[in-house]
Amino acid sequence: MALHMKNEIDKLKKKILAFCAQVEEQLWQAVKAIKDRDHDLARQVIDHDTMIDKEEVNIEEECLKILALYQPVAIDLRFIVTVLKINNDLERIGDLAVNIAERAVFLADQPKFDISTDLLDMAQDAHAMLKKSLDALINHDAKLAYQVCASDDAVDQMNRQMYLKVQEAILENPKQISALIHLLSASRHLERIADHATNIAEDVIYMIEGQIIRHKVEEYK
Amino acid sequence: MPMDSDMICKPERKGSKMESSPISNSSASKTGKIKLDNPVSRTPVQGTPINPESAVIKAERFTFYYGSKMGVEDITMNIETGSVTAIIGPSGCGKSTFLRSINRMNDLIPQTRAKGLLSVGGQDVYDKSTNLVNLRQQVGMVFQRPNPFAKSIYDNITYGPKLQGVRSRAKLDAVVEKCLKDAALWDEVKDDLQKSALALSGGQQQRLCIARTLATKPRVILMDEPCSALDPLATSRIEDLIEELKGTYTIVIVTHNMQQAARVSNRTAFFCMGKLIEYGMTDRLFTNPQQKATEDYITGRFG
Repeated sequence: MALHMKNEIDKLKKKILAFCAQVEEQLWQAVKAIKDRDHDLARQVIDHDTMIDKEEVNIEEECLKILALYQPVAIDLRFIVTVLKINNDLERIGDLAVNIAERAVFLADQPKFDISTDLLDMAQDAHAMLKKSLDALINHDAKLAYQVCASDDAVDQMNRQMYLKVQEAILENPKQISALIHLLSASRHLERIADHATNIAEDVIYMIEGQIIRHKVEEYK
Repeated sequence: MPMDSDMICKPERKGSKMESSPISNSSASKTGKIKLDNPVSRTPVQGTPINPESAVIKAERFTFYYGSKMGVEDITMNIETGSVTAIIGPSGCGKSTFLRSINRMNDLIPQTRAKGLLSVGGQDVYDKSTNLVNLRQQVGMVFQRPNPFAKSIYDNITYGPKLQGVRSRAKLDAVVEKCLKDAALWDEVKDDLQKSALALSGGQQQRLCIARTLATKPRVILMDEPCSALDPLATSRIEDLIEELKGTYTIVIVTHNMQQAARVSNRTAFFCMGKLIEYGMTDRLFTNPQQKATEDYITGRFG
């Protein structure tokens, strides 16, 4: 490949990886803020989102530049298009992390309840999906990407269980209703994050195999 | 009365380019070696098969030799009527050899030999009974460098039809107007058709050559790097023209400019080391090629 394009693509690869690391950190801190009832940490996450937004624009501009200047084809084209789409998903995950942090701000003054631990399990799973989907991008590992798609169901299931548990808890402690609703919302955000991770994995599969597998979930399960 | 075969051959005889270009080993080493996935493979990857009935050009295990050297080997491909087909590949890969085989331009090189089948409109190109003059009337050609005759614009266009026996001034005028219009040159030259063709710009000369080709009503137009001597604006005019001619004529274009192949063609064939490696829909080939060698070539990676 032409050296100037190769340099640009290598640079872009590093940027999207670094961006992903930032978003992962945001997610992790937001969940930690809920777990530790840490008001300040939650605020930090909310404030940091402007950086995430800036970086998203920056990466998009890089992609547009490469498309305009080098007219990539085949795997190079698929890589750039995939980065463009993943970039979008990462930014949305960043927003969801902020939403979780907002829930944490509210929950900081509330008493703890047992079902918070379920939320941590869910966060761990969603985080693992995100990490794996990016590993799949970097290592051109379609198998790993398919695994991510398949594990989305487990997170969906956890979200449904959370719904039932919150329902029960409300009946038991009607006074805690607003705290419990915030918790349920956080669970819903985590479920959405897992969906975005699945989108990333699907785009990675497109990049590697050249096949768009979206909306054909049953075929590869 | 058929047209004189000399008409098409003459300009090419002058240059020595043709003798050196088709399989020059020195230029192949410059571009680097491409590794073929499976060099013994007899069947290249072919996407979206072409119904043989809608194919105007058919090659079946077509092989062409320059003396003992192989130009192209075992080419099997159908070219659809009315489509634009681009042939791409590194220097010395056989793309020009194949193109020139279609109207037997390579006959001018001594000791060449063809094997297998190559037909245009059902007529076996290399059959002994094939009338070369008729063949080249059916299969026009446009070359890398514009090669108008040192005559007026009008005479350039009417040369072919006159040889075919058209004498009526009115008919010839009509042919000139129609061909120049079809070649998107009419508006620029209509006021002075008696001007020497050599006074036109390079891009205009190339469009005149296309107009001259259209005058003999060919079925197929072969283009061998038609834009490589032109500036971007003239190139874009020729590309627009290809788009206009598509459907009415079947166009086969050899180009080193991959973006051009991507822009103008319906199907693209990738040749490498004399073999057809991959042949398929252009959009597919440039987004998701099926062969590693194709991918390496179009993305500029040489293994």
